[in-house]
Amino acid sequence: MKLSLPLLALLAAACLSREAAAAQLGDVSVSGFVGVDTRFFPWDPMLPGQAGNADISLIISPEFRYITDDRKHQFSFIPFARIDSRDGQRTHVDIREAYWLYKGGDWELLTGFNKVFWGVTESNHLVNIINQVDGVEDIDGEDYLGQPMVNLTTFNDWGQVDLFILPGFRERTFVDVDGRFRTPLPVDTSRPIYTSGLGQKHTDVAVRYSNFFGDFDVGLYYFYGTGREPTLVPDGTGTFLLPRYDIIHQGGLDVQYTKDAWLFKFEGIIRQGQGQVFGSFVAGFEYTLYQVFDSASDIGLLVEYLHDGRDATAPVTIFEDDIFFGVRWALNDIQDTSLLVGAIVDPSTSETFFNIEAERRLGDHYTVEIRARFFTGADPGELTFFNSTDDYIQIRLARYF
Amino acid sequence: MKNLSLKLLSRIGIALLAAAILAGGVKAQTPEEQGYEIAARSDRSDRGFFDSFVTMQMVLRNANGQESVRDMTQNVLEVPDEDFGDKSLVVFDTPADIYGTALLSHTKILDPDDQWLYLPALKRVKRISSKNKSGPFVGSEFAFEDFTALELNKYDYKFVGVEACGDLTCDVVERYPRYEFSGYTRQMTWIDNEVFQVRKVDFYDRKGALLKTLNFEDYREYGDGIWRAHTLKMINHQTGKSTDLVFSDFEFGTGADDGDFQKGILTRVR
Repeated sequence: MKLSLPLLALLAAACLSREAAAAQLGDVSVSGFVGVDTRFFPWDPMLPGQAGNADISLIISPEFRYITDDRKHQFSFIPFARIDSRDGQRTHVDIREAYWLYKGGDWELLTGFNKVFWGVTESNHLVNIINQVDGVEDIDGEDYLGQPMVNLTTFNDWGQVDLFILPGFRERTFVDVDGRFRTPLPVDTSRPIYTSGLGQKHTDVAVRYSNFFGDFDVGLYYFYGTGREPTLVPDGTGTFLLPRYDIIHQGGLDVQYTKDAWLFKFEGIIRQGQGQVFGSFVAGFEYTLYQVFDSASDIGLLVEYLHDGRDATAPVTIFEDDIFFGVRWALNDIQDTSLLVGAIVDPSTSETFFNIEAERRLGDHYTVEIRARFFTGADPGELTFFNSTDDYIQIRLARYF
Repeated sequence: MKNLSLKLLSRIGIALLAAAILAGGVKAQTPEEQGYEIAARSDRSDRGFFDSFVTMQMVLRNANGQESVRDMTQNVLEVPDEDFGDKSLVVFDTPADIYGTALLSHTKILDPDDQWLYLPALKRVKRISSKNKSGPFVGSEFAFEDFTALELNKYDYKFVGVEACGDLTCDVVERYPRYEFSGYTRQMTWIDNEVFQVRKVDFYDRKGALLKTLNFEDYREYGDGIWRAHTLKMINHQTGKSTDLVFSDFEFGTGADDGDFQKGILTRVR
């Protein structure tokens, strides 16, 4: 790889001591992690072409940041790479962040690749739309591809306004033919379909207002452009599914009301451009019992209801009318040990998705993270039926630097 | 002449009356009033610091003496009105896996504080419940309330007596949290009567038992009467665990304003 001069300068500066760097060059920081993911699948896969009951990946994501002495200019560079033992599509490289931020007091201008997160709920991130989901990373939809953008932020007495111009669309990633969590027909990501004549070059726009009023935190936005969720359509030969990306208008609202140990949460969207205009929402609460049993531990109880009003011509969702239950146990110890046990249940079909996440720091630089996911109750014909043999346990060991 | 002597007489009379009222006032000052006065003098000694920036290291020790370290920075914005609390921003640099994690607090006096937590992995800003006052701050022996609750009107006070504390003489003042969800029934504070700084605090838990002791060491003066302790040592008597908080030099008057303490800046603090 050929390194550009500024990047070399950045790396060189990073090698100097922090003080020396701070005195002459502003402030440079290098952080990030290297990790190993190991997944075990107890059941043989269901679909032709899928192979293997275990896989292992190497992940690397260094983070380089630089801030000038006057603290007005901030630079961030965060590449990400995964090398997977089996799945050629899971092996991928991305730029999560590569931006220049100018801080002008009550306004800021960010130019480059960045990740933006909106929303308050835990079971689904419905209102979050700026970044495309990095679908090969995890099935929880919490990994996102870096999005090129120009983002102007203004801070006003009456709230924060963010304007986004998003040139260049990022296509969703899908696992390979031999991968787990596959659709019955594999997705051919090399032949995407765009409803806009501009294709991937369509420039999307978004504007968001956010503020808090006492115990209420509120965000409201409008997005126009290429929808991040593709509709999967069979190709002519019927051997592959092709992702079709549509132009959509979407409005979104997220609200959290924080009172004592209660967090009441709501996220809702209205979308036009994929079938009939439809609305979706997630609403629920999180209640925390602090210092249970005379210990430092907290136990959080989470319940959310998910409703989606889309018709059959829109991209398929698994959250039509579902209920999420979760229990979060935080030990509040030196190692930040935590455990989350959750289930998303579809009461009409009794399809259930179980999720267990546990993590703990080891020493000062390592973390271990265990994730176990199980799928039950899906009948043939249900979307998740083909994933019913994809139960797995993943162990991640990561070293942070 | 007559007029003059009358004036003089009346002046003497007023002075005598004032002296009598003052003397009576001092005599009638309750231990509660006296305690409040001592606490107020201490709290107000650093009025006009405007804002501060400091880097600090937290050393957590378990009962066996095993250590774990957290490095962080803290920005504080002074809100001079005693009916409102200060604003603070704590950002973590280590442990490496929580690099960039930030806690923004808008302290209130008796209402629950407004607090937001920034989680860098997801780039998510989360409003958190401030009921968790007595919960441990990042696994340390400091509770959230030990970190953010140093506001005069958050407590009722009672003067207890005078004691030697090191080379100094201290007023001993008991204080009782007035805000909801405190983990303490009372705290005993030692405030020196030379520069009026808190030297020691004993914390009593909900059962009234001695829970922790916090010692303030290495006080240094910045400008006119603005003092900061540079080592805080918290010992938990019930578990044997302890946490030290060691500060670098403080920077004051960095020109920070409300805009630097709003929710929207959290995604860009590192």
